[in-house]
Amino acid sequence: MALKSKKIPLLFLLPALAFIAVFLLLPLGKTIYYSFTSWRNFAPVKKFIGFKNYISLFNNPTLYITLRNTGILIVCALIFQIGVSFLLAVAVDSARHGFKMFRTIFFFPVIISATAIGLMFSLIYKYDAGLLNSLMALMGRDKQVWLTAQSAIYCVAIPTAWQHVGFYFIVFLTGIANVSEDIYESAVLDGITPFQRMIYITIPMLKSLFISNIVLVVSQSFRVFDMVYIITGGGPKHQSELLSSFMYTKAFADYNTGMASAIAIIMIVLGITLTSILRFFAGKIQGDD
Amino acid sequence: MRYAYIDRKDRVRSDLRGVLLYAFLIFWALISLVPLIWVLINSFKSSNEILLNSLGLPQQITFTNYVTMATYPDMNLLTAFRNSMIICGGVVSGVLIGAGFAAFALGRFDNVFNRYVNALLAGCMLVPAFSTLIPNFVLISASPLRGTWLAVIFPLIASNMSFSTLLLSGYVRSLPKELDEAAIIDGANTMQVFWKIIVPLTKPMFATVGVMTFIWTYNELLLSLVYLPTRNLQPISVILSLVSNMFGTDYGAMMAAICLTILPVLILYVLAQEQVVKGLTAGSVKG
Repeated sequence: MALKSKKIPLLFLLPALAFIAVFLLLPLGKTIYYSFTSWRNFAPVKKFIGFKNYISLFNNPTLYITLRNTGILIVCALIFQIGVSFLLAVAVDSARHGFKMFRTIFFFPVIISATAIGLMFSLIYKYDAGLLNSLMALMGRDKQVWLTAQSAIYCVAIPTAWQHVGFYFIVFLTGIANVSEDIYESAVLDGITPFQRMIYITIPMLKSLFISNIVLVVSQSFRVFDMVYIITGGGPKHQSELLSSFMYTKAFADYNTGMASAIAIIMIVLGITLTSILRFFAGKIQGDD
Repeated sequence: MRYAYIDRKDRVRSDLRGVLLYAFLIFWALISLVPLIWVLINSFKSSNEILLNSLGLPQQITFTNYVTMATYPDMNLLTAFRNSMIICGGVVSGVLIGAGFAAFALGRFDNVFNRYVNALLAGCMLVPAFSTLIPNFVLISASPLRGTWLAVIFPLIASNMSFSTLLLSGYVRSLPKELDEAAIIDGANTMQVFWKIIVPLTKPMFATVGVMTFIWTYNELLLSLVYLPTRNLQPISVILSLVSNMFGTDYGAMMAAICLTILPVLILYVLAQEQVVKGLTAGSVKG
């Protein structure tokens, strides 16, 4: 018996679905339409122009800067949020003391807003009295200008990675704890060293966790906004622009709303395509076992 | 038993490993903490002292920076705190009610369309806020929501809804069916099953989802920046994003603003660390 009815569940679903329909699905459809129009200043008139917004974007050098910068973010994220996070998780798991303390400290940056961290890092980069230049002075070296056109994207990528290491650390730590203790014990009896243990047991056992974390890192890298908005605003000269900040500037500074919609669509299409390709190859790798 | 030591050489090697292990852990702990401690210490110095010496402890602890932030006429941090709490309260209750109802429908009723709703919710998580920003801005500007906190509360409820529903419905589905059957035999109607059985049993997951939604909403910047143009409605994240323009070289004030912003989530982290960790990592697939 239990609960059977056609109408009642629909009523219960209604509030949730209504919010999603009005503020998520409907606007998504509208953005797709707007991206094919010539539309400026939020004016009441829009003119359908086909793919012209997309064509002019693909002729805009800033778009390629945003793609390069997204690539840099992804590489940094893979090094820190996958590499360092995993090593930290292995280390904390085998540490006999301070398990809880390290866990508490490493996770702390995750709960802070990217806005606060962005502001904090822009203070760290400051020429006068910034943390980096103060440390340079302490070591008897010359002060430096840290935030330049060349370094701008790294000045965004580093705090982004710094903030999220703790998150992936916890995910890996949970994964390691779930690997059966028996497998390790029989390996230890065979005289395996902890390094061999990590390479031959832990990593293969956590293959699917690695894959899901990599997919997550990539899809999150397309959505970084607060950090770049606070630290560089996309500058100097668009050198640290990401798709997100590019879209924001086009919409709310240049008021080219049609073009901004096209950027938003490129962002969603690229993000989904890249993560689907990753999932496809991941499926193949796992299928080999 | 983790390690079996066979001879002395092995023991020396394992001691060395232990040293390296802790060196690595302490190194990263410093990397995580030093920037935050630097900001905290400097927030108690005058801006002149920061320019002269940003590394040492303050010569004299001063609360000037905090007073500046709390009393600045155009961007009062206390008002911003109030606004953040109103927005968080609205979003968290909206999400818990909406997702709670939906989770009951998805987790407790066998229906043909459940599969489609689940797929829809999973698909919604792939939609970044940027692709709904402009139409929502137009919609809100033309509606009575404009100029109220609801302008940002409603879109945020929508963007947190799909993931919260999936988490909650998974939990509701795992509860034993016999419970509702027994209640129905005793004459309970559907609403009573929901309020008297499902809601109390789902409390742990409600707590996880609530904490997760609270922190995401508190830290959220983009939607508040776009949908809330009036200063006296803006939450703390927006005010913080303006601080560096308003205070130019008043580094002390900026440091104090950062510390004040972090304070509420820090308190939550200290009081309910496990809930916070669980909430944020449960949301690991949310965008």
